Amino acid sequence: MSNTQLVIIPSPVPARPAPPGGFRAAPIPTRRVLPGFGLTLGYTVLYLGLMVMIPLSAAFIKTAHLSWAEFTAAVANPRAIASYQLSFGASLAAAAFNSVFGLLVAWVLVRYQFPGRKLLDAMVDLPFALPTAVAGIALTFLYNDQGWIGRFMAGSPFWIKIAYTPIGVWVALTFISLPFVVRTLQPVIEELEVELEEASAMLGATRWQTFERVIFPVLLPPLLTGFALAFARALGEYGSVVFISGGLPFKTQITPQLIYEQLDQYNYAQATAIAVVMLVVSFLILLAINLLQRWARQRTGVGVTQN
Amino acid sequence: MAGPASSLVRRARSPAPGRHLIAEPRWVRWSLTGLVIAFLTLFLILPLVVVFYEAFSQGAAVYFNTFKDPDTWSAVKLTLLTAAFAVPLNTLFGVAAAWAIAKYQFPGRSFLVTLVDLPFAVSPVIAGLVYVLVFGRQGWLGDWLGDPKYPWPHWVGFAHGWPLLLDWGPHDRIKIIFGVTGLVLATVFVTFPFVARELIPLMESQGNDEEYAALTLGANGWQTFWRVTLPNIKWGLFYGVILCNARAMGEFGAVSVVSGHIRGQTMTLPLHIELLYQSPGTYASAFACATLLTLLALVTLVLKSFIEWRHARNQPAGE
Repeated sequence: MSNTQLVIIPSPVPARPAPPGGFRAAPIPTRRVLPGFGLTLGYTVLYLGLMVMIPLSAAFIKTAHLSWAEFTAAVANPRAIASYQLSFGASLAAAAFNSVFGLLVAWVLVRYQFPGRKLLDAMVDLPFALPTAVAGIALTFLYNDQGWIGRFMAGSPFWIKIAYTPIGVWVALTFISLPFVVRTLQPVIEELEVELEEASAMLGATRWQTFERVIFPVLLPPLLTGFALAFARALGEYGSVVFISGGLPFKTQITPQLIYEQLDQYNYAQATAIAVVMLVVSFLILLAINLLQRWARQRTGVGVTQN
Repeated sequence: MAGPASSLVRRARSPAPGRHLIAEPRWVRWSLTGLVIAFLTLFLILPLVVVFYEAFSQGAAVYFNTFKDPDTWSAVKLTLLTAAFAVPLNTLFGVAAAWAIAKYQFPGRSFLVTLVDLPFAVSPVIAGLVYVLVFGRQGWLGDWLGDPKYPWPHWVGFAHGWPLLLDWGPHDRIKIIFGVTGLVLATVFVTFPFVARELIPLMESQGNDEEYAALTLGANGWQTFWRVTLPNIKWGLFYGVILCNARAMGEFGAVSVVSGHIRGQTMTLPLHIELLYQSPGTYASAFACATLLTLLALVTLVLKSFIEWRHARNQPAGE
């Protein structure tokens, strides 16, 4: 069917045979030499629409049927607000903690040699691969008052209860969002220009000054991207938190748990309204991640052209 | 992307003892390394150890008896079945999306990439919820699906205990939510971007030159795809598929919303683990089931390391 297109050589030479009737002139004719654009794009859009966009739009349409008063009653009642505070607070704390430790982990895994490095490097992806329910029950068993770590913490002079408290929520969210900062930073640290560090050292900078003024500015955009990815993942997490939090309203109930509870009681409208709030926040984070990545590409792009 | 020169540079850059200028003092290196090992042991290794420890805490008999329970088997079968539908669907989509997005420039391309990423940012509970809104009894299609006037063919129903595509509720009503189809749909949503996300950057970095060469030599589109593109992306595709599979088999939040928790019928393995964990006295069985999924995760990580090792070995030859 598209035989006439196949023989066109994608060269800078613009000469091409006159297309048969019905062929729309593209702005740059050599662009779509490869066949299959219509098929693959059509399938992508269709599948995306059926599986993701139509179901998601159902949530917004369902919420649009609510009056403003009903909507605010559903999303701004004290229980919902308490759940937002816990979800946002614990997710921010987990993402911030993982930013600091993720930077450390990425640095040590790339720059230092030690026995077991390869194994630890592979293990960093465990939270991606381990089902959240398994992570949930394992963490609950570790951190409850009889658990290996929980017993130690509860028995210590600074008596801290972890499971079934907001700290437990934070532990679960830290676990599941652990790989994001590490995995965004690792390739950037691998590609760092050692010559710049050498130059900085030759010019008399201490190692800390070199890190602060030469290395860290390069690592900042991917660090922020990793932070945002970790935050987004933590905000939506359900499976691992449900076991360790206990789900007490006002105390340890995160927003996805509240949505689940409303669904369980057939309060579809309330559940959907809260879900829409969460969705809007997720979209905003996704937008922020995209802008961050564009920024990072621009910054690292400068380094590439200099190379 | 990296030329021969830069790959040489990279080799020289790997930590070498002579580079004292850009190395931290030894005490800093040792304490940072110690801190990282302690952190990763606490957060990654200990949860793994505790799964296996608790699974065998009441003896090997309890462990193996868990797998004699027909409910466990039905959960394992349902988990495999769900993944068997969701993973090929998302693989096909991932390849198509990567072809469209990586091989062509068109308006709205980056917006499309963002939409493909969207399910990553949506909470699994919300993923389940939106399918309830579409297919549930009070949902958009609820009346239509539930109306006995429409003769849905029965060959798509149960066969030899392996539910195929659709479930049948009472009075010949089609059942999506609280049925297998709902589980598949929710799983598809949650694992939607995995293959596409793996392939898009890979195919972008490879460019179109080899495909153009194949076309110039007279291959048609399918031949180009099967003989040129696919061999180039096979390891990336494989990694996307195993990751998608691991997430599909382990999905909890979304399937929990649409499952209805009918024992022996709509319980996937993660849901079965939750049930065993919350029932009094069966937590060891819960951990026994969890060992299956943990092994799946470990196998996934091993395969990933293997792919990276192969890729690193092939890279210099390819350049």
